[in-house]
Parts: sequence; C-alpha cells; structure tokens
Amino acid sequence: MEKRYKIGILALQGDYERHYKALESIGVFPIYVKLPEELKDIDGLVIPGGESPTMIRLIDRYGLRDPLVQLYEQKVPFFGTCAGAILLASEVETMPQDYSLGFINMRIERNAYGRQRESFEGDVEIAWKGESYLFTGIFIRAPQIVDVGPEVEVIGKLVSSGEPVLVRQGHVLAATFHPELVDDRFVEQIFLEMVEEYATQR
Amino acid sequence: MSIITGTYRLKVGFAEMLKGGVIMDVTTPEQAKIAEDAGAVAVMALERVPADIRKEGGVARMADPEIILRIMDAVTIPVMAKVRIGHFVEAQILEELGVDFIDESEVLTPADEENHIDKHKFKIPFVCGARNLGEALRRIAEGAALIRTKGEAGTGNVVEAVRHMRLIMRQIKELTTKNSEELFAEAKRLGAPYELVRWVAEHGRLPVPNFAAGGIATPADAALMMQLGAEAVFVGSGIFKSSDPERRAKAIVEAVAYYDNPKVLARVSRGLGEPMKGIDISKLKEEELLQVRGW
Repeated sequence: MEKRYKIGILALQGDYERHYKALESIGVFPIYVKLPEELKDIDGLVIPGGESPTMIRLIDRYGLRDPLVQLYEQKVPFFGTCAGAILLASEVETMPQDYSLGFINMRIERNAYGRQRESFEGDVEIAWKGESYLFTGIFIRAPQIVDVGPEVEVIGKLVSSGEPVLVRQGHVLAATFHPELVDDRFVEQIFLEMVEEYATQR
Repeated sequence: MSIITGTYRLKVGFAEMLKGGVIMDVTTPEQAKIAEDAGAVAVMALERVPADIRKEGGVARMADPEIILRIMDAVTIPVMAKVRIGHFVEAQILEELGVDFIDESEVLTPADEENHIDKHKFKIPFVCGARNLGEALRRIAEGAALIRTKGEAGTGNVVEAVRHMRLIMRQIKELTTKNSEELFAEAKRLGAPYELVRWVAEHGRLPVPNFAAGGIATPADAALMMQLGAEAVFVGSGIFKSSDPERRAKAIVEAVAYYDNPKVLARVSRGLGEPMKGIDISKLKEEELLQVRGW
C-alpha cells in the first residue's frame, strides 16, 4: 500500500495479538481499540476471534456499539474472524437480535461443528478477482454460516462440504476460520484491498 | 478433501482465543450461568473450589462427570475440568465427555509422583501449572497447549502467582541474552528440552500462551497479573467465595480487558463487598502447599 492506512483491532478479548502480528508482517502497523474515542479516523477495523458473549457485553458496557455503527455507515471496512464473524452477522441462531452488529445479511450458528474435540483444519477454496486460491482454514469451535442474503458474496468455501466460510457484503468481510493463525496472508490482503478501495471513495 | 482434528495448532489456537479473558471456577450450572453472563471466556467445572478442597482435606479427584455434563449443558462458552497429575484415565474420561480443555492440576491430589500425562495422545488441549521456566517447558514438551502460573490456589493471596510470573518472565528474558553455546548448559540447568530452550531464546516468549492462576481475588489482582505479562487470568475460589459473586465476576472481566487503564480499574473496584477471606501463605505448613505438587 502506498498510503499509510490506520487499521484498528478491537482488543476487548481474543486473539487480537495474532491479528496484530499478521498485519505487521505485511507492513501495516495497526492500533488496538478498546474505547470509543480510539475509533476516530480509522480506515478499517478488525474484530478478532475469541468469545463473542464476552466481546458483545464489553461493546455495550463501554459504549462502543453506536460508534461502530457510525463507522459502518461511513463505509469503513470491517474484517471479522470467528467470533468477529458472529458479531458482524445480522442474525445469530438462538440469540437475541442485539447479540450482534448486523453488518452482513446472514444467519450464523455458534459452535455449529461441536466442541473443541471437533475443531478442525480443512482446505478453503477462495475465489478472488477471477482467480482461485487454496487456503488452510483453522476452524476452532467455529460458527457456521447457515444462510446468506442475495447481496452477500461468497468468496471462500470449505472444500469438503462446499459451504460458505468467507463472505463479503460491500465493505464488510467475515471468515468463520482463523487466517491470522497461519503464515499465509492472502485473506488480510483482500481486506487491505477493500480498505484501499473504500478510502478513495470516502 | 480431508478434514483433520486434534492438531497441536488447533490446541494452541484455541488457547489464543481465551486471551484477554477470565476463566472462572464453578461448581453448579447456576454458577456457570452467572460466570457466562458476567463475560467469562470459559468455566472450570469442579466439585469443590480450591478453598474448600484445602479446608476439607482428603483425596481430591476429578469431578463427577454428572456435574461436568450439567455445567456443559448450562452454558455456550467453553468448559474446562481438572484431572489429577499423571491420571491419564481421568483425562480419557473427560475427553470422552467432550470437555473443551483439561487442567492437569496440582489442586487435586497427584496420582503419579514421577510422571505427568503424555498430553500428545489426546485430541483436546491441556493446561498445566508452572512455577518457573523449566517446569513450563517440561509441560510443553509433554504436549501442554497452555501454561498458567501455579500460584497458591484457594488462598485468595496473589503473592505466589506474582512470584511465579515474575520468575518465568525473567528467565525468558535471560535466555534471550545467551549465545548458542550457553543454551546447552541452560537447557541442562532448567531441566528442559534443548529445542524448546532455543525456541524461547529466539522468540523471547513461551511457544504457548501464558496465563495467571492461583490466589487471584480482586480486579486489582487480575490486572496486576496482566501487567506482569499474563495473557489471561484464572479465578478459582475468588469469585464464588466472595459476598457478591455476580458483581465481582463482572468487575474482574472488565479489569482484565482494561488492565492497563487505572480509570476503569478504580471504577470497577468500588463497592464490591467482601472479597474471600484469604490465607497468609507463610503460615501454611510445607505439606499444605499445593504448588510443590508436580516437578
């Protein structure tokens, strides 16, 4: 990237440090965000993996929900992995409406594959800009995307089942796996391309 | 296309997801629910909390699977449970139940005084306690995916956890200053595998996450451990042995998330009621110490 973009990582709980290292390794120097005022002038925001109940409670207790919605409305790109994907969904199975932020029109189910014993590694086929790319997906007590709206673009599919695991709606990107836990930076590059694209539009 | 489970990367990756969070000891589904509602990232399902184990004495064993299953049913967050040091059959039972993480714990009465469990044999991850870097690396060599300080469980006194965390962090720093010849002698001195010693020297950290446990009773205790380098906190007796567990649980969750923000810490520490009573560890007899179990 030519210009230096300000990328925030929501650091309330979870593997925010792994996201930091992943972005750092491709020349981005992100900042951790825990308070509303720290969201100012952000060009993109990462919501890490972790426990979504913990994160959503802290988001509400520390007044982060409205500023996050404002960022979304200003077309600032979001990227969520695992728990982050849950928070970005419009509907979370068996949970109340305000459990998530609703930036992607999809229904998602928490821990859909089972408990930690059933956590798995599996190949993900990513289709991006007309090319196909094979990526190692790390799925940890992962959520499953049950249904997506017509405006949602399925970018990555689990090869073994064909189900969607990496989706995008406009300036919001969500993965049910953990790209930050492997050495391949392909998914972060997609996010950075989105950051660049929307920064020029704002 | 195949799917693989139980890899070391999945185990350590799961430990990464717990970072910045609080894992709370619970003995009933109701307590587990309180912990989840307060924002805990996981619960440790037990028959008795360490303070009661300490008081009642006798042999402390893995909890009744019935209790563990009821707690697993009550919450959506991960559930951990403890096995005795070296008791690999208790671990097989917990794996069969589908527990998310096993704590091979000095809080229970050891089943083997020489050997810890070969944790590589299991699909689910293990956490083990350590008082120093050598102990931490021996556990990692055996397959632990997460290390926690031992502290002195069930005392409500953070002094031992502080001692263990400071020592581990100092020993890591010292290793990074050694040259390659010295690392062989260091491995011998630490009683740890050379490969792991070299890894720590090169990276300046443990190869797995490093959490705090043992005696944490207040939001300030939790934030202290985080500032000393812990990446998450286990709270045992500290919550449900206090006068207002619900409020204290919430306060400790916020204190861990905002461990570096004194303004938040001051606010959440106010009016929490009585903390657990606590024990002066120097008054304990050697045989009453839990941290000396394991090697």
